Amino acid sequence: MIGAEHFLIVSAILFAVGVTGALISRNLIMIFMAVEIMLNAANLAFIAFARIHGDMSGHVIVFLTLTVAAAEAAVGLGLIMTLYRRRGSVDASKFNIMKW
Amino acid sequence: MNTVLPLIVLFPLVGFLINFLLAGKLSRKLVGIIGSGTVLISFLLSIKAFLDLTALPADARIISDTLYNWMAVEGFSVDVSFLLDPLSAIMILVVTGVGFLIHVYSIGYMAHDEGVGRFFAYLNLFMFSMLTLVLASNFLLMFVGWEGVGLCSYLLIGFWFERDSATEAGKKAFVVNRIGDFGFLLGMFIIFWNVGSLDFQTVTALAPSAFAIGGTVITAATLLLFLGATGKSAQIPLYVWLPDAMEGPTPVSALIHAATMVTAGVYMLARSSALFVMAPTTMMVVAVIGAATALFAATIALFQNDIKRVLAYSTVSQLGYMFMACGVAAFGAGVFHLMTHAFFKALLFLGAGSVIHGMSDEQDMRKMGGLKKYMPVTFITMLIATLAISGLPGISGFFSKDEILWQAFSSDLGHPALWFIGMITALLTTFYMFRLIFMTFFGKERMDEKTKSHLHESPKVMTIPLIVLAILSIAGGWIGIPKLFFGATNFFEHWLEPVFAPAQRILHSSEAHHAASTEWGLMAITVTLSLGAFALALRFYLKKPETVTRLRESFPGVHRLLYGKYFIDEIYDRLIIRPLHFFSIFLWKIVDVLLIDGLINGGAFLVGGVSRVMRYAQSGRLTSYVTVFTVGVALITGVMLLLGYSIGN
Amino acid sequence: MFESQILTWLTFFPLVGAFALLLINKENVQAIKLVAIATAGVELLLSLALYGSFQVGVTRMQFEVNIPWVSQFGINYHLGIDGLSLLLIVMTTILTFLAILSSWHSITKSVRGYYFSMLFLLSGMIGVFVALDLFVFYVFWEVMLVPMYFLIGIWGGPKRIYASIKFVLFTMFGSLLMLVALLYLYFAYQSQTGVATFDLIALYSVNLPFGAQSWVFLAFALAFAIKVPIWPLHTWLPDAHVQAPTAGSVILAGVLLKMGTYGFLRICLPMFPEATIHYAPLMVTLAIIGIIYGALVAMVQKDIKSLVAFSSVSHLGFVMLGMFALNTQGLEGAVLQMINHGISTGALFLIVGMIYERRHTRMIADFGGLAKVMPVFATFFLIATLSSIGLPLTNGFVGEFMILLGAFKANWIYGTLAATGVILAAIYMLWMFQRVVWGKVTHKENENLTDLTTLEKAVLIPLVVLIFWIGLAPNAMFKRMEPAVANILHIVRQADNAPEFFRAQDEKVFPTLAGNVSKQENIAVTVGGTAVTQGTDNHSPK
Repeated sequence: MIGAEHFLIVSAILFAVGVTGALISRNLIMIFMAVEIMLNAANLAFIAFARIHGDMSGHVIVFLTLTVAAAEAAVGLGLIMTLYRRRGSVDASKFNIMKW
Repeated sequence: MNTVLPLIVLFPLVGFLINFLLAGKLSRKLVGIIGSGTVLISFLLSIKAFLDLTALPADARIISDTLYNWMAVEGFSVDVSFLLDPLSAIMILVVTGVGFLIHVYSIGYMAHDEGVGRFFAYLNLFMFSMLTLVLASNFLLMFVGWEGVGLCSYLLIGFWFERDSATEAGKKAFVVNRIGDFGFLLGMFIIFWNVGSLDFQTVTALAPSAFAIGGTVITAATLLLFLGATGKSAQIPLYVWLPDAMEGPTPVSALIHAATMVTAGVYMLARSSALFVMAPTTMMVVAVIGAATALFAATIALFQNDIKRVLAYSTVSQLGYMFMACGVAAFGAGVFHLMTHAFFKALLFLGAGSVIHGMSDEQDMRKMGGLKKYMPVTFITMLIATLAISGLPGISGFFSKDEILWQAFSSDLGHPALWFIGMITALLTTFYMFRLIFMTFFGKERMDEKTKSHLHESPKVMTIPLIVLAILSIAGGWIGIPKLFFGATNFFEHWLEPVFAPAQRILHSSEAHHAASTEWGLMAITVTLSLGAFALALRFYLKKPETVTRLRESFPGVHRLLYGKYFIDEIYDRLIIRPLHFFSIFLWKIVDVLLIDGLINGGAFLVGGVSRVMRYAQSGRLTSYVTVFTVGVALITGVMLLLGYSIGN
Repeated sequence: MFESQILTWLTFFPLVGAFALLLINKENVQAIKLVAIATAGVELLLSLALYGSFQVGVTRMQFEVNIPWVSQFGINYHLGIDGLSLLLIVMTTILTFLAILSSWHSITKSVRGYYFSMLFLLSGMIGVFVALDLFVFYVFWEVMLVPMYFLIGIWGGPKRIYASIKFVLFTMFGSLLMLVALLYLYFAYQSQTGVATFDLIALYSVNLPFGAQSWVFLAFALAFAIKVPIWPLHTWLPDAHVQAPTAGSVILAGVLLKMGTYGFLRICLPMFPEATIHYAPLMVTLAIIGIIYGALVAMVQKDIKSLVAFSSVSHLGFVMLGMFALNTQGLEGAVLQMINHGISTGALFLIVGMIYERRHTRMIADFGGLAKVMPVFATFFLIATLSSIGLPLTNGFVGEFMILLGAFKANWIYGTLAATGVILAAIYMLWMFQRVVWGKVTHKENENLTDLTTLEKAVLIPLVVLIFWIGLAPNAMFKRMEPAVANILHIVRQADNAPEFFRAQDEKVFPTLAGNVSKQENIAVTVGGTAVTQGTDNHSPK
């Protein structure tokens, strides 16, 4: 029987994958995808908790997150595109003009 | 506004406004006519006011006129209001009369100056301020005039503003006067907070009940007022500005620095006589300072070579006389001398101006000599003034000076020592005045050829005022002939009696019980010794000039000290001005910039320094930020879990 | 209609003008200037209408508007004025109008932004003076900072960045403490009465224990003291003044400094009477130090503008002295002196600006002999100088005299020490004047300077008129501010420690000197005392 805890475990694994991806990846697109994975891990957790507590608020939050994530994806990808056009690269380690 | 008093004050103001606003647009002639004309109107109105006053019974001779309420804050209220009583009546007559003559004289004297419009504007502004000063019915309005004349003095001393010495002298005059004004202000505060009013009549009436005779409060108040007087009337220790003030055009010296403004201090003492007599300590200070100044300035005048400087120190000395009179409660005598002095000193200055004019702006007496044949009118009139100031019996100066000396000797507050100093001063005065006459009008002609060829008597517009003043110098004293001579009461003192009655009531003084023979005796001593001084001057400066050189060589120290004016200016410079300047620089450079701003900028640098180290955490690398962020979150969560925070409820 | 809307119009009309500027093409300089000056002109007329319809002798606030804004937190849009604010508002609109007029030719860099900032600033300043809700007050207080920062930072002199940052940091530092104190007050009042409100008038009745009161007082006082500025918090002032453009200096000296003194009057004194009385000696001491220190440092300045800036420290010292003398003469003198300082220092800055435009230097040593080449300029300069010195018949005298009179009543030592400032003022102003205007023309560049243009005269003449008008008829001002001042004093005198504090003032005018005199003297002092305490029944002693 698959219980709510299993969803939570999957969510934790997904989140760990996302974090790892964000940490080790240099490609901005990859980092972006990793962030998306983390978001969805959180979504999954919300739904699991909603199930556990029998409270629909979790679902509401998920819809909110999805919308925000969609908006974020639009802006984020746009920025990456621009960056690529200007600098010819999407390698995060090459952009450190914000350093001291 | 139902009397002429406001008009007396306002006409010169109108003249000022016209000449000032239309500067450069009016012809020279018109400027002079407007300038003098407005003062003439004031003079005629003053005569009318004077006649109005005489028409009243002796004990009700007060005309007052309130224009409007100037400022009122709670209990404090001051009107713009004028007061005519016997004292201010004399003052306005002297101020407008002598003032008018000097205005007329200036038309000639300033004929070739390009700033003539400005000159007459300032002169008229001065007349306005001076008339405000003497006609004011309260201390505050008097203070308006008081500072107003100071401003005009500043502007007129520095009239030739391209000369640095002139502007320097103007500034010095203003600043030194401000020190006096500081005293005047504080004196006013004490009076107001104790009496509840600044109105002369109210203060005079309430003073006996508001202050204790000889109390600390009244002594402080009067001493502060006297500080104001020493500033304006050039007494020790604030006399230093007056000799320098001679940088101004000569009519200015005559009007402001001899006849009118510098006597404001004496007028103020006379005006607040009821307060001063309540403070015997102050009276003593006034008398001693007056006597000391008289003697001190006279000694400096002995060896000055600049004709105007001799007269300037002479003025300081004569003002000392007037203060000595006030200090022994002989206010009437002080004011009497003020009047006669206004006549003969104005005449002396105008005469000196005439000489300077004729000599192509030369002021050094060593380069003059033998001028009497070139400038007969100037010579005669100046000789008359010299006789008057030296106290030749029968001429104005004799009566006023003798009255002061007698009062210094005989009054309840007087002392033979004061008389003695006064007498010595009289001798010195005779000596230096005749020295001036001899060096200027007699002896060898020491000027160069070019100057000599230009030598001429001044035009009529200048000599007529001289003649009028000469007549006044002779006859002006006849209204105050002491009882001693003809047995008749001294008209002048009698006229002023109601003004000084409150003061006399406080003093409870009776007529001095000295024998007439004493008075005759003292008079004889003074006159005889003065003759001696005249003889000495005659010998030194006309008959045997070489004796002077010899004397100078035998006492080089004394001569240097006197010629260098006791080096008071230098002492003030070292003791006050420079330390103040250095202290200010210290405050600026050390306290302000280094300490206070240093502390503040130091704080800023501290923050900056910490940030400079901290900023290396900002590598600019996305991955390192993410790592730090993740590790941070993990750590915080871990710690929270370990410490037993439960998640959820 | 007029009653209830005039203040709102007055506050926001400049903003309307400012945003109208944004609609104009920024190349169209002439139109921008015209709109800006028209806005300031209408604002000036509005304020004159306000002056005209202001009722003299009324204690309550006038032209009040009170509309709930954020009602959950007790924030109301509450505006209203009394005599204090009225005079300051009129002064503000006059100075701003003249400042804008004076920038006509001198500002060429980003003209639109400049006039936008000026109008925005005007709105903020008026807002501070009309606000009767602490929240609204705080908002406007902070709003002012922004345009001033830009005015100094963009259109200023060579060290403008340093100066503008210093100015902002100083002010922000004070404002933050003020914010904390303000919130404390809000919660304290709420816990006492159960009502949550930022209303200034309501908060007057807050009853804090002495300890808390003194902390809150100090927090507000620090914010205001920086703005005034009181010694030793003054060091931002010379930098800001010297670097700011002419109009910026005029507004800064004329109006922004008055925000500090106005804050003391509006908030510190009536809200914390016990603390006010407790700290009065401290404030007076700092004020007197400021008077003398400012004057001495002004004396040795080499730059005319920084001389005037330090003279402001001295003049504002007079204002603080009069205020904390805590008697009618002192307070009314202080309020008048606030106006006077705006007028005469404003005039001085305008004059310095005029000469700066011609020579691009402000160093005293670079001038000399200007009276010869620019006689009209010299005349205006002289009048402004004399007003600053406080010569009788100019405005400066009346204010200084009243302050000194009040200070002398509070304690004769205060009056005496402060009066030395009168001497020092003559020294530093006249010395500067001598070096700049008198003498021979020593620099070739000065030989062909043109005298004032008609526009420049038009800027200065109104100020000269005000200088003499206030000097001759100050009662117009006094009677307008009187109820407000009486109200503040009334509140202060209700304080627990007031009877003890005022005993010396009321009974013995001259305590130290009167101590050792005869019996008759004491009677005399009571005679004086009646004259002094007449304030309550208010009749003249004559």
